[in-house]
Amino acid sequence: MTDAPLVLGIETSCDETGVGIVRGHTLLADAIASSVDEHARFGGVVPEVASRAHLEAMVPTIERACDTAGIALRDVDAIAVTSGPGLAGALLVGVASAKALALGLGKPLYGVNHLAAHVAVDQLEHGPLPEPCLAMLVSGGHSSLLKVEDVTTGVDPLGATIDDAAGEAFDKVARLLGLPFPGGPHIDRAAASGNSVAIDFPRGLTSRRDLERHRFDFSFSGLKTAVARWVETQQRAGATIDVHDVAASFQEAVCDVLTRKALDAARTHGIEDILIGGGVAANSRLRAMAEERAAAQGIRVRVPRPGLCTDNGAMVAALGAELVQRGRAPSALDLPADSSQPITTVVA
Amino acid sequence: MLLAFDTATPLVTVALHDGEDVVVERSSAAPMKHGEQLAPLIEAVLLDRGLVRQDLTAIAVGVGPGPFTGLRVGLVTARTLALALELPVYGVCTLDVLAVEAVDTGAVREDFVVATDARRKEVYLASYDADGARTDGPQVLRPADAVTERPVVGEGAVLYPEAFPRTVGPARPSAGWLARVVAEERAELLDPEPLYLRRPDAVVNATRKPVL
Ligand SMILES: [Zn+2]
Repeated sequence: MTDAPLVLGIETSCDETGVGIVRGHTLLADAIASSVDEHARFGGVVPEVASRAHLEAMVPTIERACDTAGIALRDVDAIAVTSGPGLAGALLVGVASAKALALGLGKPLYGVNHLAAHVAVDQLEHGPLPEPCLAMLVSGGHSSLLKVEDVTTGVDPLGATIDDAAGEAFDKVARLLGLPFPGGPHIDRAAASGNSVAIDFPRGLTSRRDLERHRFDFSFSGLKTAVARWVETQQRAGATIDVHDVAASFQEAVCDVLTRKALDAARTHGIEDILIGGGVAANSRLRAMAEERAAAQGIRVRVPRPGLCTDNGAMVAALGAELVQRGRAPSALDLPADSSQPITTVVA
Repeated sequence: MLLAFDTATPLVTVALHDGEDVVVERSSAAPMKHGEQLAPLIEAVLLDRGLVRQDLTAIAVGVGPGPFTGLRVGLVTARTLALALELPVYGVCTLDVLAVEAVDTGAVREDFVVATDARRKEVYLASYDADGARTDGPQVLRPADAVTERPVVGEGAVLYPEAFPRTVGPARPSAGWLARVVAEERAELLDPEPLYLRRPDAVVNATRKPVL
C-alpha cells in the first residue's frame, strides 16, 4: 500500500473546517475546527459567521493535519475539496484554498460531492466498498437512500426525505422534551431506559397508498407533530410525562422507518450490503436495529465510527484517493462552488 | 517575482512584478466570479511570462475593504498559496492602492478621498494627503454623510456624484499598482487579514445543517 496515493481533503460545506489526509484507505490525519459555538447564540448556523471562521481556520487546520500525518505538503499527490452541496460562501473558502494548494504544489484538484464523500469515508474503516451497495445517509440536513455502483462515477438516488431530515426530527423532539441541543445523543441516552412500545407513534410514508408514490422516501414532520400533540395532551390532562418512554418510542419510530425502507430498497435492487452514514448513524438503536433486521435477511451492514459519520476532511480525502486510484479525471482550476451540486455529480 | 492580486471589487485583478516593474497584468472579464477566475488568472500570468510557480518570491494581496465573499477568495488564496510555496505574503488596504495610483499618475495634486462601492447605498471611504499617505479611515459611510468638495478617486465617486462631484483617477484598483505599492513600500504593509468593517448579518440558515 506504500504506493497508494497521498491525498489531502478539505471540507467547508457548513460550520466545520475539516482537513483530512489519507494514503489510499489509510487515515493519517483528520483535523477539524468548528465554529459551532459562535452560532449557538443565534440558534442556527449563520452563513457569514461560518465563512469568516473558515478563512481564519483554514491554514492552521491544514498545518495541524500535516503535523499529525507526519508529512510535508509537497508530498501530497492530489487535493480534494467539497465543491457542493452546502452553504455557498462557506464552500467557496474551501474551494479557493484547495485551488491555491493545487496551484502551489502543482498537483491535481478534485472538486467532489459532499454526499459521495460520506459514502467513501467508510473505506477508511472497513476497506473497499462492496459494489453495488445501498447507502443510507441520515443527518440534520438530509435523509437519503442511494444506490452506489461505483462511488467515483455514479450515485443513484432512490429516495429522500420529503420534509424534515431525520436529525432535524431528533433536534425538534429533544427541544419538546426539554433535552439539550443537539438532540441526537440526548434522545439516544434517554431512550436507553425507556419503553420503546409505550406510545405508538406514526411511521411516515409506510401506508400502502404512500408506498406507491414514495416507496423509498421519508417523512418525519408528521412524527414530530404527533410527539408534540401527545406531550400537549398529557400536559393538559395533568399527567407526568415519562421522557424516557417518549424518547424511546420516538426513536423506535424513526429507526423502524429508516431500516425498513433501507432493507426494502436493498432487496428490491438485489443489493447485499447496506452502508449507513451521516450524524444520525451514531444512534445506537439505529445501528442495532439495522444490524439485527439485516442479518435476518442475509444482508450486511457497515457503519463507520461516529467521528467519521459527521462532517470531516477525511471523508473528502477518502473519496479523492479513490478517484486517483481509479484514474478519474481531475477538476479544472475554474471549478465553481455549487451550493446545490446534485448527488449524481461526484466530481465537478 | 512578486505575485499580486486583488478581489475586493466585482472584478479580479492579477499581476507580476519583477522587482523593477510590472511585467504582466490581467483582469477577469465577468464580474462576481472571484472563486472561479482567480486561480486560472494566476496560472495565466505565469504562463504569459513563461514562468513556473517556483519563480515566485512573494505574494501581495488587497485586504479590502470590499464585498466579503470575493474578499475572502483573495485572502484564503494568498494565505494558502504562501503556505504551499513557503512565501511571505503582504496585505495592503485596497483603498491605498487606488490612492497611490491616483498620485503617481498625476490625477490628484492635493488632499483627496478614495471611495469604493460598499453596496447597500454605502461607500468604503478613506482620506489621503497629496502624497497619497492615508490620513483617515477606512470606514463605511452613507454618501450623504461623506459629502466632500475634494477630489474623489474610485467607483464610489462614479456611483454617487451628488455627494462626490469631483471624480478623478482610477475607478477600480489594479493588481499592477498593488504590486508597485508593495515593491516600493508605498503604503503600510499589513497581515493578510480582511478589512470587513461590518459585522456579519445574523441571518440564520433555515435548517441547522443545510447538508449532511
Ligand atoms: Zn455532511
